[in-house]
Amino acid sequence: MELRLENLTKIFTNKTGIETTAVDKLDITIESGKLVGLLGPSGCGKSTTLFMIAGLVKPTSGKIFFGDDDVTKLAPEKRGIGLVFQNYALYPHMTVYQNILFPLENMDVPRDEAITRVKEMANLVGIGNLLDRKPSQLSGGQQQRVAIARALVKKPKVLLLDEPLSNLDARLRLQMREEIKRIQREIGITTIFVTHDQEEAMSISDKMVVLDFGKEQQYDAPQEMYNSPDNLFVAKFLGNPPINTFEAEVKKGYLTINDKKFMKVDLPDALYDIGMRPENFRVAEEGGFEVDIHNIFHIGRDTMIHFEFNGKNLRALVDSDDISHGQKKVKLTIKSERVYIFDKETGLVTNHG
Amino acid sequence: MADFIKNVKGFFNKVGTAIKKFFWDVRRKINNVRRRISNFLDKHNLNFANKFPGWAKALIYLSPALIVLVIFTFYPIINSFALVVYQNYNMTNDTITGYTIFGNFLTVITDESFIVPASHTGSSAVINTLIIVFISVPISVLLALFIAAALNSIKPLKNFFQTIYFLPYVTNTIAIGLVFAYMFKTEGGLVNQFLSLFGMDTEGLSWVESGAVYWRSMFVLIFYSIWSSLAFKIMVFLTSIQGIDKQYYQAAAIDATPRNRIFSKITVPLISPMIFYILVTSVIGAFKIYNAIVALFGVTGQPAGVDYNLQSIVMYIYKFIDGSNAGNLSVAAAGSLILFAIILVLTLVQMQVSKKRVHY
Ligand SMILES: Nc1ncnc2c1ncn2[C@@H]1O[C@H](COP(=O)(O)OP(=O)(O)OP(=O)(O)O)[C@@H](O)[C@H]1O
Ligand SMILES: [Mg+2]
Repeated sequence: MELRLENLTKIFTNKTGIETTAVDKLDITIESGKLVGLLGPSGCGKSTTLFMIAGLVKPTSGKIFFGDDDVTKLAPEKRGIGLVFQNYALYPHMTVYQNILFPLENMDVPRDEAITRVKEMANLVGIGNLLDRKPSQLSGGQQQRVAIARALVKKPKVLLLDEPLSNLDARLRLQMREEIKRIQREIGITTIFVTHDQEEAMSISDKMVVLDFGKEQQYDAPQEMYNSPDNLFVAKFLGNPPINTFEAEVKKGYLTINDKKFMKVDLPDALYDIGMRPENFRVAEEGGFEVDIHNIFHIGRDTMIHFEFNGKNLRALVDSDDISHGQKKVKLTIKSERVYIFDKETGLVTNHG
Repeated sequence: MADFIKNVKGFFNKVGTAIKKFFWDVRRKINNVRRRISNFLDKHNLNFANKFPGWAKALIYLSPALIVLVIFTFYPIINSFALVVYQNYNMTNDTITGYTIFGNFLTVITDESFIVPASHTGSSAVINTLIIVFISVPISVLLALFIAAALNSIKPLKNFFQTIYFLPYVTNTIAIGLVFAYMFKTEGGLVNQFLSLFGMDTEGLSWVESGAVYWRSMFVLIFYSIWSSLAFKIMVFLTSIQGIDKQYYQAAAIDATPRNRIFSKITVPLISPMIFYILVTSVIGAFKIYNAIVALFGVTGQPAGVDYNLQSIVMYIYKFIDGSNAGNLSVAAAGSLILFAIILVLTLVQMQVSKKRVHY
């Protein structure tokens, strides 16, 4: 089922009349059966967006469509969604089994089938042996998986996940990520996956939305967004290690760094923010620009070098074979389409897209 | 004018800040002194507090409360165990004629109108009390639960309704009793007037006066005791319902849970410790019922001109201290111990049953 947000806005007003715009004019269409990652820093309105789609929070303005139906005013129980809460909201007085069974008890499902579905789902998320425990007797990661099972067991039309993996260890997280993706593909359920972990979002999403202060920054496929960010915020938010940024001037059609012409650009003269991803640097035999190495970190296959450039400390991720231990200087190159130039005022990218 | 208000506000803000600063500094100085004393004590090995074992410290801290409890609770309890073995104890000159183990219990148990129903009416103190306990407690607990849930779900006038339901709690029991007696008057009472609106013949229909049958005055009594105990229960339930995390209700809404299931599967289990607490204390309270009966029917527990008696166990006991049979404290002690035993057994049963049903 297609999910469409039209101009969705939520403004919270507290008792003293101070307004917080949690979600600001969100316009997004999520194609049927796709998994969309909702990504952004803490407090940017991810949960609020999810709660509005779920019907738990009333939008200040804007509309929500499930397929062709306007559900903006529909009660949550009529929307047929599954929601995994950020802090699980498992019923503390029920066992794991009762928790997962609970949604089915409200539906028109034969008892035998309900029990089978609970067991299947519990095994799927790997908690089949914990069915008799109470939530308080589970670890955070186990509780999270119960919450996922409870949301999925009723086979909802739309699945909303609010940071569902934040409490798992790295290995389990990877495993559950793949598991969620697999289940989602299998059932073909339209899914929104909230996370503040950009790597997680990039690896699981068909498309992702980056939010900042409730505003949509970009809505694109992960690799698309990574390779051509719309603005400085998105560029900075994606990537680990993060993108290098510094200021530089464009003079007479050339990006000028350290008084040297760096590359030809078709931009008016001004000061710009420049972004270069660490992994886009290459070590060159000839040409390129020579830099002083401050530090070398060998991290497995790659080597991270810290160097000074244009008065700032930058990082480059290069092939270990190209750097020898104790090397003091290196020549680096970067392809011109991998240099991002952002307008200082608006933060928008000027040479991409 | 606006400027004036601003200045006044600014002035008060300044004063407020100064006061807060003053108390902050005072606290700092006190803490300093305290720290120095404790350092001094440690240095000269004078810190006795650390030398006591844990239980001794606990005893010292508990002693004020313990002393009061010993004088006013433990001593009377032990004393009633002592009293119950005296034979023909005479309070005025403090003499006895011998000792007995079961004698006083036998007197009470075989006494017409304690357990054994008085032959002409079929009621006794124990029967009266049990009826009150087993009818009024379940009804009042359930009613309080529903009202609290309803109060929690309304938005407009919430505080107004909360106040209304809480009013009986701050009103004197005797006063409410008198109002009840007035409402249930035979001639021109509110209830009879109300019933006659529906075409009922209320001529001579008496509730608490001469001519009222046992069950009618019992109805008024139960109605009264439910009403007067409702306020506290509602308040306790409402407070605990308001303490439930909103997320559980959001999760239930997402799962399309019907209202009655939300109530029975989420609200009730989550406040079950409170329900259990209220249940136990109300059963105990109802067993000790006294002033409700006095308020409605006077100290005899007998509506004017009827041949039965609505006295409770406590009223029965009290008669041996300050009533028609005054003076025989041993019998009163036997009665209290029987009451104690009944309450103890019932509470143990409740605790046993609750193990499965109460979720902490
Ligand atoms: N009930 C509320 N009343 C007032 N302000 C609120 C309320 N709920 C959220 N906010 C505010 O709205 C903004 C967005 O909150 P939201 O919970 O959606 O953030 P989030 O992106 O989910 O953050 P996190 O990653 O920390 O969970 C925050 O500034 C928050 O303080
Ligand atoms: Mg959140």
